Amino acid sequence: MSESRKHITEYLKKGLRLDGRKLDEFREVSVEYGVSKNAEGSARVKIGGTEVIAGVKLNIGTPYSDRPDEGTLMVGVELYPLASPEFEAGPPSIDSIELARVVDRGIREAGAIDNKALCIEKGEKIWIVSVDICPINDEGNLFDAAGLAAIAAIMDAKFPKVEKDGTVNYKERTKTPLPIKKRPIPITVWRIGNDLIVDPINEEEKSTDARLTIASLSDGVICALQKGGDATLTVEDVDKMTDLAIAKAKDLRSKLGGKSK
Amino acid sequence: MSYTKRVDGRKSFTELRPITAKAGVIARADGSAYFKIGNTAAYAAVYGPRELHPRNKQIPTRGLLRCDYVMMPFSGMGDRVRPGPNRRAKEISMVTQKALDPVLDLQDYPNAVVDVFICLPETDAGSRCAGICAASIALADAGVPMKDLICAVSTGQVGDKVVVDLDYAEEAYSDGPVSDIPVAMIPSTGELTLLQMDGEISKKDLMEALKLVKESMNEIYEVQKNALKDKYPAGGDDDE
Repeated sequence: MSESRKHITEYLKKGLRLDGRKLDEFREVSVEYGVSKNAEGSARVKIGGTEVIAGVKLNIGTPYSDRPDEGTLMVGVELYPLASPEFEAGPPSIDSIELARVVDRGIREAGAIDNKALCIEKGEKIWIVSVDICPINDEGNLFDAAGLAAIAAIMDAKFPKVEKDGTVNYKERTKTPLPIKKRPIPITVWRIGNDLIVDPINEEEKSTDARLTIASLSDGVICALQKGGDATLTVEDVDKMTDLAIAKAKDLRSKLGGKSK
Repeated sequence: MSYTKRVDGRKSFTELRPITAKAGVIARADGSAYFKIGNTAAYAAVYGPRELHPRNKQIPTRGLLRCDYVMMPFSGMGDRVRPGPNRRAKEISMVTQKALDPVLDLQDYPNAVVDVFICLPETDAGSRCAGICAASIALADAGVPMKDLICAVSTGQVGDKVVVDLDYAEEAYSDGPVSDIPVAMIPSTGELTLLQMDGEISKKDLMEALKLVKESMNEIYEVQKNALKDKYPAGGDDDE
């Protein structure tokens, strides 16, 4: 067992974290909208020292042949080496792919966006919604920061003007928001020994046995799951983790401010 | 037709867009900065000096500066910028490295690398210059030995006027010739460390542009120095 892990575990026994928080306590969370003017929607999320920016681009494209009347959604995460000495330049790491896919699933599988409302002309023209998430500083819990930033950027987005000839005028933006039906919030619960924590700092992430990301909606319905880490989870663990995640999702949802419903 | 009034309403042809700068914005990095001019914003993070991999790239007599410029996928108007290496970003990374290297003294760091990562969340022309300005503050914030900062801004011609700090609307001006000349300078000596151009300009106007842009550099220099003074109010006596 590493020194760091020993230290963390001793604290957890006393019901405390390295930085003095309780086990189920988040650091301060803030959401700021409209942080990048050329994006159709954007948001900055800070959780303690962790900071991410998410942006939405809206482009017109052709639909998939098996879904001719549906727009498409794509979520990407760029783990730039800017944000942490542990991120390396080069092709996307498995960490960034997992992160992007977990956030993507949370939004896609919840049916957060009405894909049919993104259809402009059946079989010909649809809106493609691209959400890109870029961490600026990683001090732990990128999963939840990325998930919150993605939904915030989607809520901030407005369609650009489409001219009569069908071309998009990106200089002019309409007041029409994306057809959002639901607002999923992912919360990751981390198991260290027998203790469950949320919102880990870097040292805690490294000492984790297993984690479970649970995306949930305002009515408590679960819309995506992802287990990570090398250790196992019991069904009892999942029971407790889910309760914790749904409770915390409510707190984070309130940070979305007036735009949230 | 004469270019009489700047598209974004600036009062003179040498007026810069509003600038903000801050040192120490990325806690995980050894040094960092944010630099925004108009609607072009850049983050820069410095990591190192640290061991250079692969080892065959190591220089036994000094440290190496490595720069990486990247636009966030949503940072430009219209189409999404596809992530991953592209020719434009690679070239800008290279000229950024050459713009910054002349003021660095890495002799005490053999076999090491100083990595500079520049990311732009929002762009409206002048992005390489904004990146260089941010990187220069970040290098100072990291405590890398430097002779001076580096200041950078674009100059050029719009219609019949020589201008400083073109925005995207000016680069796209269609009623006359346009040239865009990104310049980086060592402010204490006036030497150029970056000079590129596209478009067309007469030699006379080029020399005029280079003269005008030198004055703008002082304004940028002050903003950069103030960003560092805000973080280190002791004025350089602070060892950390």
